[in-house]
Amino acid sequence: MARATLSANDHRPVPFYRDVKILAILAQVAFVILIGFVFWFLYSNAAAGLRRSRIPGGFDFLWLTAGFPISEGIAFQPTDSYARAFVVGIVNTLRVSVIGIVLATLLGTLIGIGRLSTNWLVRSICTSYVEVIRNTPLLVQLIFWYVAVILKLPRVRDSLGINGLIFVSNRGLTVAWPQATPSFGAWRPWLLVALIAGIAVYLWRQRQLARQDRPGAKLSLGLLVAVITAAVGALVVFAVAGGAPLTLNRPVLQGFNYRGGATLTPEFFALLLGLTIYTAAFIAEVVRGGLQAVNRGQREAARALALSPAQTLRLVIFPQAMRVIIPPLTNQYLNLTKNSSLGIAVGFFDLFNISNTIFNQSGRSVQVIAMVMASYLTVSLITSAIMNVYNYRIRLIER
Amino acid sequence: MSSTELSAPHLKQPRTVAEPIAWLRRNLFSSWFNSLLTLVLLWLIASLLLRVLDWLFTQATWTPVVANIRLFWIGRYPPDQLWRVQLCLGLVLGLFGVSAGIWGGIVRAVATGLMGLMVLLIIPPFDAGMRLYFAGLALLIAAMYFGGLRSGRSLRWPVTGLWIASPLIVLVLIRGFSGSATLPPVETNLWGGLMLTLLLAVVGILASFPLGILLALGRRSRLPVVKAFCVAYIEIIRGVPLISVLFMAMIMLPLFLPPTVRVDTIVRVMVAITLFSAAYLAENVRGGLQAVPNGQIEAARALGLNIFQSTLLIVLPQALRAVIPAIVGQFISLFKDTSLVFIVGMIDLLGIADAIIHQQAWLTVTGGVQREVLLFTAFIYWTFCFTMARVARSIETRLGVGTR
Repeated sequence: MARATLSANDHRPVPFYRDVKILAILAQVAFVILIGFVFWFLYSNAAAGLRRSRIPGGFDFLWLTAGFPISEGIAFQPTDSYARAFVVGIVNTLRVSVIGIVLATLLGTLIGIGRLSTNWLVRSICTSYVEVIRNTPLLVQLIFWYVAVILKLPRVRDSLGINGLIFVSNRGLTVAWPQATPSFGAWRPWLLVALIAGIAVYLWRQRQLARQDRPGAKLSLGLLVAVITAAVGALVVFAVAGGAPLTLNRPVLQGFNYRGGATLTPEFFALLLGLTIYTAAFIAEVVRGGLQAVNRGQREAARALALSPAQTLRLVIFPQAMRVIIPPLTNQYLNLTKNSSLGIAVGFFDLFNISNTIFNQSGRSVQVIAMVMASYLTVSLITSAIMNVYNYRIRLIER
Repeated sequence: MSSTELSAPHLKQPRTVAEPIAWLRRNLFSSWFNSLLTLVLLWLIASLLLRVLDWLFTQATWTPVVANIRLFWIGRYPPDQLWRVQLCLGLVLGLFGVSAGIWGGIVRAVATGLMGLMVLLIIPPFDAGMRLYFAGLALLIAAMYFGGLRSGRSLRWPVTGLWIASPLIVLVLIRGFSGSATLPPVETNLWGGLMLTLLLAVVGILASFPLGILLALGRRSRLPVVKAFCVAYIEIIRGVPLISVLFMAMIMLPLFLPPTVRVDTIVRVMVAITLFSAAYLAENVRGGLQAVPNGQIEAARALGLNIFQSTLLIVLPQALRAVIPAIVGQFISLFKDTSLVFIVGMIDLLGIADAIIHQQAWLTVTGGVQREVLLFTAFIYWTFCFTMARVARSIETRLGVGTR
């Protein structure tokens, strides 16, 4: 830039090898050529290698019969295609990630608040938790939960838990689960009405509270209305059709395993436990950092306005801390999702594990790895997009 | 406390009695809810602790750990060549000690951490020779520290030279030469245990350092092509799990190279860890680069430094100094992440644990030995990571004080 003004003064043209603009273009061209050469080198080797091993390119193999069973998630037969197996993997990864994110957020928030407790014992327990969990590899923890805890639980015959409701054994966690009866169809419109009523009450409260500019219950009120409507509906259906729309399907020991109820496989259980406990330690640190970032004066002012400690935390501290918490929290959510790929170590049928089997059977290394990476990238991008929207909505609006 | 002092400043309080009780009241029994919480937690902890201690000392079978302690440290590395690993460890720790003496500051924090680690490693029930070795290492660090303190500046350049040469010395010592009598070659598939874990982590962080700095500079470059490439690389690598990068290196690296080139498994893993770690390191370094005020660059340009000089001599030293704690944090997570190489079939610390669990001798033990072996493995990982985290924290406070 400086050279351009100098040259304008003495009217001598700048030689091209000293012109910053031309140099920048030259440098980029050189960079492109270098990168292009590296990629061409890798590509030509890969192409030659694939030709030698006679593995066809393209994604046609996805429609071939998979031939292996998957005992986790949505229905899958060995006669189904590779494509369906891949979808099962994505669904399983999402299932464990979403449940893990919810549980880890709850546990992590509790521990993060606990680290700032006035009670020394609570503080020390939470600090020890964070220091122990954060400084051990997740993989070691996962294998420990699976091999040394869950597989060591009593056999199905002597399982622990509340009789008829919850059973914990080395075959996983089995709980009684509601099941639809023939009269469920009559209840369905009531459920729809309950949902609409709940949302309507929520929105109405939101507008009312915003007009009065004061805090108050809106979500809990909406939920209450929805639940009452649904319950009234169930009673009416019971009176008219003579049968409750839902029954509790209790697990019954039959042979070597339980029938009925809902079961969490030992693999899912171990992975969920490991991911939740590990990520909660990191979320606790994020939450603690966010709470500490809120100005002390805010807490003192809230107490001076006679808010209780719980109200201070809920209405004054947390909303402000959220702005600090959200970006690192997003990172933790992404880490949890990516870490769910370690499920392969405990035999959980997640996206990565199933893709590995597909690759071993079909030999399409390049295609399978590309699909795996693209899937994780998509999930990462969607998660950050959702969190960014949330972050935008809770941003500080200056008056 | 303060209120009584305010009301009667001339009176001395009998602190010896009042202090602990006041502490208890403030920290454990400040309200009825806190008192209840304290009592319930105390009861829970006591009953849990009793059961855990009972298991640790009466029921647990620690023989698999004690009998296989060498496997934990060095894997299947030939036992008669153990001295080579011990020498390497002594060399590096000695270098840390003497550097702490010469430079002080951050290096001293690291050396102190390492000495604490050695003292911690004396605690587990290893054989006497092993404990003596760790005690010796702790003493070595201390001795070298005082040596470095005394000799001062005169040792600066020789020690710097040794540091630069040390990765090569370590690799040569551990790998050996073919045909050599004193240093017979040890194939990489025999490397294992904690040694392999440490090697992977150290090589990963060292090799990813230059790459990470280049990526960070590239991401801030004004050349759109370079910038786009660096952003794409960083975001793609950070968006996928490490295990998929490891698999890619294991399966696809041979595919992408000419068939005549044979790549050792350990090198493939190192390449994967380096490529992965570089993306994360780049983001840390970028944070540091953003913290360097623009005036620094402008001043450098005004002094006639060209862009390379100003980056290398002015910007990078300040940027890297600011991100040292973040880099130590990155090293901790890399150290933990090396356990993933177990999934691709290497026998690192976790791989050794798995092998020991499946040893013939322990199959008859009722209840298995999984808990004992995995807990011990976790303990080793924890000791290292906890020490490093402590070091990172002390560096952080040191840097904070320095800049203010």
